[in-house]
Amino acid sequence: MYSEEHKIYLKKRRKIRIWVRITQILILVIFLIGWQLLADYGLINTFIFSSPKKVWNTIMSLYHANNLFHHVWVTTYETLISFTLATLIGCFIATILWWNSFIARVADPYLTILNSLPKVALGPIIIIWGGAGIRSIIIMALLVSIIITIINVSQGFIATDPNKLKLMKSFHATKAQTFFKLILPNSYRTIIGALKINISMSLIGVIMGEFLVSKEGLGYLIIYGSQVFNLNLVISGIILLAILSACMYYIIFYIEKRLTK
Amino acid sequence: MRNILKIENLKKIYHTPREEILAVDNFSYTLQEGEFVSIVGPSGCGKSTILSILSDLMKPSDGTIEKEKDIKVGYMLQQDCLFDFRTILDNCLLGLEIEHELTEENKQYVIHLLETYGLKDFMYQYPENLSGGMRQRVALIRTLATKPDILLLDEPFSALDYQTRLAVSDDVYQILKKEKKSAIMVTHDLAEAISMSDKVIVLSARPSCIKKIYDIELTNRSNPIENRKTKEFPIYYDLIWKDIDFHV
Repeated sequence: MYSEEHKIYLKKRRKIRIWVRITQILILVIFLIGWQLLADYGLINTFIFSSPKKVWNTIMSLYHANNLFHHVWVTTYETLISFTLATLIGCFIATILWWNSFIARVADPYLTILNSLPKVALGPIIIIWGGAGIRSIIIMALLVSIIITIINVSQGFIATDPNKLKLMKSFHATKAQTFFKLILPNSYRTIIGALKINISMSLIGVIMGEFLVSKEGLGYLIIYGSQVFNLNLVISGIILLAILSACMYYIIFYIEKRLTK
Repeated sequence: MRNILKIENLKKIYHTPREEILAVDNFSYTLQEGEFVSIVGPSGCGKSTILSILSDLMKPSDGTIEKEKDIKVGYMLQQDCLFDFRTILDNCLLGLEIEHELTEENKQYVIHLLETYGLKDFMYQYPENLSGGMRQRVALIRTLATKPDILLLDEPFSALDYQTRLAVSDDVYQILKKEKKSAIMVTHDLAEAISMSDKVIVLSARPSCIKKIYDIELTNRSNPIENRKTKEFPIYYDLIWKDIDFHV
């Protein structure tokens, strides 16, 4: 049984949590209503600024034309492929870098340069090499997400407590034993943290890729909308993208919570 | 008593880009079966280096270490180094797993050790649920699991608070005596060294060589806490204190 004071404490906490949520929803609602009112009273030009109703209608017409889920799906699918590849290849390369410190030292400046290079600058080359299709999009997304994965994961590997390494050595553990019994499980959280960054990075890469080459996907909707000056389509695309990225983030967040207790 | 470990003229040089450091020079000692030896000396004098060499973590620059055949060495560090993703039992089985010795019989032996030393109820828990003293006992059992004949203890209690430290050093002493293990302990705590050991080796400042070896003879020797109350204890303390060149 709790004391009265503790009950008040719990109640207060719950109250604050509810108020935060209510305020969050209110901001969204006020924003949408305000936007709509400004449009209705002609205070903003809906040709440039669109309006919630127009966005809704655009999304609905996409839906009725059976295009909505197709575009969302294409972007999702490309992101998942890049995400998976970046995670697997990134972790693999990080393992090599941990395994062989000579390779790690040699690779270090190259990784730093590749990491700081704005990958979008490589777009034109990627189109020429990879062709105007999904392959180029995935190469783009991989470039954006893989370097950061390698850097994060290998930093996690290196950060392992030297005393624990000493312990493994005192049992005469082989390098493989040290990796699988200590380094990998010990870097579990780091790797899951890297996944979280990776999913956003992959999505950024995919949208960048779609801007450049694609004929489908949310990035295509946005860039096509801007080319034909259909701002309704542009804003609809952005909103769908926001929803998609939030979904992906929360899925990873949920997985993280499940995996790390 | 048998001599189980013979160290002769051990020497270790550390190399850094700027200089080389002679850490240990001309260290010789013969360890007998069942003997508990402490190594004390000014900080940074290379005490831990000797243990690292004995446990194969590094190679000596010169000198020989003769082990009797089948003599196995176990190493216990200052930090408990328990893996927080393994249960207590799995932590204790780590060494056996690495050595591919994880038989049912060995596993039962580890469970028996955990039971004897009051940790059986925590067997399937994770290290985060254990106190510092319990964790250090788990670390000892992890070392004992591979059945070493000689234990090398590198300041095994210095991460613990004072009371836990007394209690755990008492525990460890009892465990080692009961399991009939020989031990070499590095410590900077003179009282701990005198109360636990049969012999205390005093090292000089770097490059460390042996300054003196004390045979600790106490009347009514029992456990470390009681040993501190013997009349010889303060005398040894004084002598050793004076031997160590202490520059603050």
